[in-house]
Amino acid sequence: MAHTAATTGSAARARTIALPRINGRALVMIAYLTFLLLPIYWLLNMSLKTNTEILNTFTLWPNDITFDNYRTILTDPAWYMGYVNSLIYVVMNTVISLAVALPAAYAFSRYHFMGDKHLFFWLLTNRMAPPAVFALPFFQLYSSVGLFDTHIAVALAHCLFNVPLAVWILEGFMRGVPKEIDETAYIDGYSFPRFFVKIFMPLIASGIGVAAFFCFMFSWVELLLSRTLTTVDAKPIAAIMTRTQGAAGIDWGVLAAAGILTIIPGALVIYFVRNYIAKGFALGRV
Amino acid sequence: MEKTVNHKAWFLVLPVLVLVAFSAVIPLMTVVNYSVQDSFGNNQFFWVGIEWFQEILTSERIHNALGRQLMFSAIILAIEIPLGVFIALNMPKRGIWASVCLVLMALPLLIPWNVVGTIWQVFGRVDIGLLGHTLAAMGIDYNYTQDAFDAWVTVIVMDVWHWTSLVALLAYAGLQSIPEAYYQAAKIDQASRWAVFRYIELPKMQGVLLIAILLRFMDSFMIYTEPFVVTGGGPGNATTFLSIDLVKMALGQFDLGPAAAFSIMYFLVILLISWVFYTVMTNLDKREGA
Amino acid sequence: MAKITLSHLAHSYLPHPASEDDFALKEMNHVWEDGAAYALLGPSGCGKTTLLNIISGLLHPSQGSILFGDTDVTEAPTTARNIAQVFQFPVVYDTMTVRDNLAFPLKNRGAEPAYIASRVAQIAEMIGMEDQLGRRARGLTADAKQKISLGRGMVREDVNAILFDEPLTVIDPHMKWALRTQLKSLHREFGHTMIYVTHDQTEALTFADKVVVMYDGRVVQIGTPEELFEAPGHTFVGYFIGSPGMNVLDANIEGDRAYINGAEIPLSRGYGELGGRVQIGVRPEFVSLTADRDGLPVNVRRIEDVGRHRIVRADFFGTDISIIAGEETPVSADMNRVTFRPDKIGVYVDDWRVTGGAA
Repeated sequence: MAHTAATTGSAARARTIALPRINGRALVMIAYLTFLLLPIYWLLNMSLKTNTEILNTFTLWPNDITFDNYRTILTDPAWYMGYVNSLIYVVMNTVISLAVALPAAYAFSRYHFMGDKHLFFWLLTNRMAPPAVFALPFFQLYSSVGLFDTHIAVALAHCLFNVPLAVWILEGFMRGVPKEIDETAYIDGYSFPRFFVKIFMPLIASGIGVAAFFCFMFSWVELLLSRTLTTVDAKPIAAIMTRTQGAAGIDWGVLAAAGILTIIPGALVIYFVRNYIAKGFALGRV
Repeated sequence: MEKTVNHKAWFLVLPVLVLVAFSAVIPLMTVVNYSVQDSFGNNQFFWVGIEWFQEILTSERIHNALGRQLMFSAIILAIEIPLGVFIALNMPKRGIWASVCLVLMALPLLIPWNVVGTIWQVFGRVDIGLLGHTLAAMGIDYNYTQDAFDAWVTVIVMDVWHWTSLVALLAYAGLQSIPEAYYQAAKIDQASRWAVFRYIELPKMQGVLLIAILLRFMDSFMIYTEPFVVTGGGPGNATTFLSIDLVKMALGQFDLGPAAAFSIMYFLVILLISWVFYTVMTNLDKREGA
Repeated sequence: MAKITLSHLAHSYLPHPASEDDFALKEMNHVWEDGAAYALLGPSGCGKTTLLNIISGLLHPSQGSILFGDTDVTEAPTTARNIAQVFQFPVVYDTMTVRDNLAFPLKNRGAEPAYIASRVAQIAEMIGMEDQLGRRARGLTADAKQKISLGRGMVREDVNAILFDEPLTVIDPHMKWALRTQLKSLHREFGHTMIYVTHDQTEALTFADKVVVMYDGRVVQIGTPEELFEAPGHTFVGYFIGSPGMNVLDANIEGDRAYINGAEIPLSRGYGELGGRVQIGVRPEFVSLTADRDGLPVNVRRIEDVGRHRIVRADFFGTDISIIAGEETPVSADMNRVTFRPDKIGVYVDDWRVTGGAA
């Protein structure tokens, strides 16, 4: 029987191939993750060294481990207020973006209305606007209304790209909720606001989480606008990092420590949403 | 889903409109305003018509920046899209290792962009950076502050480091939506690994890959902070991309008129390309639904 | 084509199964004949999909082995088993045309183009999609896609077996009949070994030569539809097959007499001493409602007219029983007794049927 021979032959082969193939996948992932983590490790490594060690000896790990760089940052208000400022406007932005995007996304996912398609595309175009284009006009706009160097200015400026994104993500998730749910709720005597908060929002909770994650992310990582719109009171940590460039050259250790500290909030957020990341990155469209 | 016609839905959209009008329309009007006027300071402006547009359109400096920008976007798309798909195909499908990979891969995406720049600025330095030091030790003459080619390589590797995970995570989400039965059916049909990719995985990833290409194109076309921190646009103008040039013009030299004209055309180019993407995407959606 | 032997086969999803309860599939030994059509019938969670996955090679059993013909394929991957499978939901290659979809399994095995073309034409005719061959599969309706899946399962002539995993779930009811009849006639024509998983007894009984009834990880009976009906091997088979299911009543057995609450029921066979829980089972079709004094008393609760016959629901010494009365049999108010056909009464000990000796 011809196929019998083939059967046993390939069975044996499959068993020998199986192990190296799994290792091949793991190898790719290990290589890629190493590539991702090595530069971050290097920053961490530097943040735990003294400047003397950084500049004079090339070491793969800190020989003389020190937390002075972190101490410098965490005891100086000029430094740590940067983190507070960043967090304040990021949270403000996330809340504002979600609050206005939720009803709009609902309208786009449920109804046809005059100009809806154009409006949706026009909203998306704002996500495509280069921040560099808006830097100067924003500076003038917020100066003229007296909001320059406030947290709300940065939060509003970031709405430029976060609101369209939030609408887009939420609309994707809302489309997946059958319309019958709305109708049933109305028949049961729910008013629109009560239905929206009590029934609808819990249904798209993961979508809201994903949208919040993206708003947080893009507001947290943006620097051009937040730097342009602030000088002292609302200055973000990322902009304060330039302080390390003193007369005596760059304070590498403190710079590295400040960098590491900016990674931590992001890492925490990722940890909380890890189970939604994959679906979230597809913006509810898979 | 069947949608009903309801013009009152406008009220739900109103908050977004007000907010976006405030943060997009007003500034944009300022830009348009500047683009057709000149000023000698003291807030005195006079009408110059399309002079600035002509200047920008014929400016060698802008042409070069645009050329560099297109080249940069093309290179990073050509690297990040296939690499991201390749990574997604190799990721564990479930279990603890899948979570570990997801978390670690998302990490670079949440680092502030200037810190990304700082990380690579440090990492590539010959004196204190692991990469630069290692390359120097291997006898490779590498210096991103002096050599244009090295600067380009550094900026591209940095972008790949920063953003490939986004493509990979999107592709991974597409792969996760494929039911196990498809793989089983492919085994039964004796499909080759390539055929599984070509006929099962790729079609399922099509939608998310378009999103990935769109996002990567837009963001790379607007890139500013990361290369600025690493190279400052140099050496010379070697890595001066459009945004870097624009910020130099607007905030550095306060050439408001040309900068505004530049801004408008910059925005229009992005809009045009994005519109093409958007049309292709919605057409695909329709075909799916048919 | 080959017969399929399951030898000491068992499977547990746990790494270290301790007791029998840990096994999703309890140890079984069966030989399935070459060229027969089998239906695996049982409720959800009974292990039928587990068994199918073991046969197709998706799962490796925790113990025992599986043979196709004389070849042990326990460790062989799916590709090497030379089987075809149709899944519950349509699996089609969206970007390919219908023609390429049907030709795919043949092309991958390097068949002659001329042979592929003729075979695809044949299959297309069978599933009624000749005029859509050039179309892309994307955008077709779910049942058109499922027909393609069926066609792809059928396209190879040399397979060891064709497995169907509830393939008609997404098909419209009127199409179900047509497709099932087609599958049946194909089976007669080509004689493939077919294994058809379903939880629908009508599907199983109309499709299969032999029905494999599964319950709680066990094969409780393998038999022709008639055997399952006439002599259920397990009370579950009695319940699950037939509508309404078999009446099962606790009883004491003495020789060729069964006693329920002291009332005597004659049996056609004699039984020795029986331990455990003893029950008798009799299908509603073999119970008649009567006014005869010889019968046993019942309280009729309600009568359902289902068209071809009527179902009488009654209370019999505190247990619900069903009785089927044919259309020609009159049912009147004074009929408050039942009789059982002695030769159709089965005796069950701890749910398993026991056979008695001649009375």
